Amino acid sequence: MANSRTNKHAYVRYAVLRLIQGAITVWLIATATFFAMHNVPGDPLMDEKAVSPEIRKNLQAKYGLDRPLLEQYGIYLSNMLRGDFGISYAQENRSVNDIIREHFPVSAILGVLSIVFAALGGILFGALTAINRNRLPDIVIMFLVIMGISVPSFVFAALGQMTLVNVNAFLGVSILPVAGWGSVSHMIMPSLILGLGTMAFLTRLMRSSMLEIDNADYLRTAISKGLPPTRIFLRHQLRNAILPVITVLGPSIAAITTGGFVVELVFAIPGLGRYFVQAVQQSDYTVIMGTTVFYGAFLVFMVIVVDLLYGLVDPRVRLD
Amino acid sequence: MNQEPRASQGNLRRTAGRQLIYLGLASLIGFGTLMWSLASLSEGVAGSALDAIAGSVTLALSEEPPQLDSSRATDTVSGQILGHVMEGLLRYDEFNRIVPGVAERWEIGATKATFWLRDDAFWSDGSRITAHDFVFAWQTALDPQTASEYAFILYPIKNAEAINNGQLDTAALGVTALNDKTLLVRLERPVAYFNSLLVFPTYFPIKQSFYEKRQGRYGADASELLYNGPFVIEKWVHGSQLRMVRNPHYWDRNRIRLNVIDYAYITSDVNATLNLFKDGKIAIAGLNSENLDDALQRRWKLERFNEGCVGYISFNHRSGRLTRNRHLRKAMQLAMDTNELVYKVVAMPGNLPGVSFFPVWLQGVESQFRQEFPAPETQVDITQARFYLAQAKKELGLDEWRPLTFLTGDRATTNKISEYLQQEFKEKLGLDIAIDRQIFKQRLAKMSSGDFDMVLAGWCPDYADPLTFGDLFASWNKNNRGEYKNPKLDQWVRIAQNSLEPHTRMNAFSKIQKIIHLEAVILPTYETGSVYVRDPRLKGVVKRAVGMDSDYSNAYIDG
Repeated sequence: MANSRTNKHAYVRYAVLRLIQGAITVWLIATATFFAMHNVPGDPLMDEKAVSPEIRKNLQAKYGLDRPLLEQYGIYLSNMLRGDFGISYAQENRSVNDIIREHFPVSAILGVLSIVFAALGGILFGALTAINRNRLPDIVIMFLVIMGISVPSFVFAALGQMTLVNVNAFLGVSILPVAGWGSVSHMIMPSLILGLGTMAFLTRLMRSSMLEIDNADYLRTAISKGLPPTRIFLRHQLRNAILPVITVLGPSIAAITTGGFVVELVFAIPGLGRYFVQAVQQSDYTVIMGTTVFYGAFLVFMVIVVDLLYGLVDPRVRLD
Repeated sequence: MNQEPRASQGNLRRTAGRQLIYLGLASLIGFGTLMWSLASLSEGVAGSALDAIAGSVTLALSEEPPQLDSSRATDTVSGQILGHVMEGLLRYDEFNRIVPGVAERWEIGATKATFWLRDDAFWSDGSRITAHDFVFAWQTALDPQTASEYAFILYPIKNAEAINNGQLDTAALGVTALNDKTLLVRLERPVAYFNSLLVFPTYFPIKQSFYEKRQGRYGADASELLYNGPFVIEKWVHGSQLRMVRNPHYWDRNRIRLNVIDYAYITSDVNATLNLFKDGKIAIAGLNSENLDDALQRRWKLERFNEGCVGYISFNHRSGRLTRNRHLRKAMQLAMDTNELVYKVVAMPGNLPGVSFFPVWLQGVESQFRQEFPAPETQVDITQARFYLAQAKKELGLDEWRPLTFLTGDRATTNKISEYLQQEFKEKLGLDIAIDRQIFKQRLAKMSSGDFDMVLAGWCPDYADPLTFGDLFASWNKNNRGEYKNPKLDQWVRIAQNSLEPHTRMNAFSKIQKIIHLEAVILPTYETGSVYVRDPRLKGVVKRAVGMDSDYSNAYIDG
């Protein structure tokens, strides 16, 4: 009993420590981005048509760009702590908070679908290749996996869209829309394409993890004990092999959710990824900061959650 | 004996395979359910490209409109939307003539202009549009606190510039509402092209009471805007969809034949737009060099359109720059083959080789300016070019040419042009060109600070008068990024600005055209055009060089 209580204490202490570490990481991200951004030539107030010095001065005052950089940094941090990311320069009437609130859910839906697709596919195909090691299914799937890992998503996105156009034209009816957002039919193709790379990666991971277990003592024991094959496969092989897959799932979710820019562009999806990239091109300071800090915090948080879950799932992991 | 089979390699694999199939089926069902439940969180979107019965057109927009507050809008996408949901005192008709808008009739003189507003011009809330709405809109745009980038377009109005510079109060603006229906405008100087300014978004009316209730959110959402144009925005899902429907309060509503203009897709990916067109989801799609072949193979009719802009190489005339030397610039002028550049390198239909800084579509006295005053011709002449180059070398006291910095943007076409020119100048003149490729804002920053020898630039018209090009190289113009200064040219610009006499003005522009050529102030590369495909059933779409990119207010569906 005493032992489990100290374990619980250790666990809570570990969780708190990780959260503090996470907060420091986010602060470092914010600071680095802030100063890097201000060091790049050009500023958000500059446009094709030059404005008079008076108007420029007014714009600078409006956004607080006339103050010393360190003061701007201080103001930015204090606003950020209050959860206020400011107003976009490129879309003057919209706050960065609104932009994140309206567009992150879209990216998140796309990301969740992709990761579910990638995880299910990765586990199933990984297991399939492992049990058919060096036979035809293994060779075919592993070839596709190499393609999936090495071909970038914008190629898949363009190919996927072109396939839809041709299939729709061939059948004479629109079975799946080629772009847009809103209904289930809009989600299928983009989420498959966005998840493809991760699925390929997870397949490979699952395969090697299954093969490693093939030689494990407990598997040999289970077989020689005469357990039914179904039970051996589900309880001894699959369950143990999944653990490494779960570990990488957290960072993968963040990577997929933040990396959907190309897919969002090609399929005209109103996700946050587009704003993230456009903001850099437009030197839209507030949106750059808002999206970077938000995505940074998201990534850090996902890693922490996975680490904590791992501690719960696998008793061998020691928290210190 | 135990009846269940013992595990062996063979049956273990078979069992595992069966289990995987079960799991796969379960995953598919689970994945489907997850999608259905997530879809309930989102809204559905549009149908087909054209619906003749509903009178609706579906289109794609290249980006989210950044600013629908007409006093502050600067970009073409916002202008495209504003042009459909707002109307100024005057407007363009389908033949590009300036016709009455909110103003029923008007008189424009040398010192003042008077506008009589029509009785039946209403806002979308049913209230009447008054002369006060124009006074408020123009004062707002000029207020230094608004910091509108396009405030300069109001400068012909009395005191406008002083107000914008913070020297006078907005109340001092030379605009008076004599009564609800009469607007008196006093002018700073005679403005020959004042009517063509009045169609510009900055001149659109804004209702004060509505604007002030919005507390800085005017134009941020469909409900945060009051409309007076042929259409109103019914639905605006940021980044995703902007749907306009016919405005029942619009005075000329019988002219409008479409019920719905639905921008159901927002993406800057031209290939995605063309795919939507192929799939019958949108009625118009722009083409670029990547997907032109695809469109040609399908034997679609290509529509061409002169966008009205001019691309050019701007030289840095600041002291200490090699490009300040006239003979160096002349050498490059004679070595550059714009025909080859346009037809072989850029190779997109619609573009015209750059001959003059004044594009062909500009109106002169009676007909087109360039017909009345043809541009000085440039023949490629390498011998003469090398002669000029040798002279320049002597004048500059150089032993060897230093590489010239060529600042450019980062688009595909820009890269083609800059790399072609780099090779040409090296081969023909032995000049080394160092390409400095920068993204948009960084390029602007370097242009403003003068950190370049040559820069690939472009200029698009704000209004339909040669002055929109003619005053760019005046010494006082802030957009004269090469800081070219020539008292002679300045003098001709002032004449063109202040005269009301068409012959005098056009003659002044022809003198400016000649100076730009003789001094090789800049080198025009090409006049930009665009190519697009259109569903043939959609008729009456008007494209024009100034103002809205595409005007659908006269469009209709045939068949």
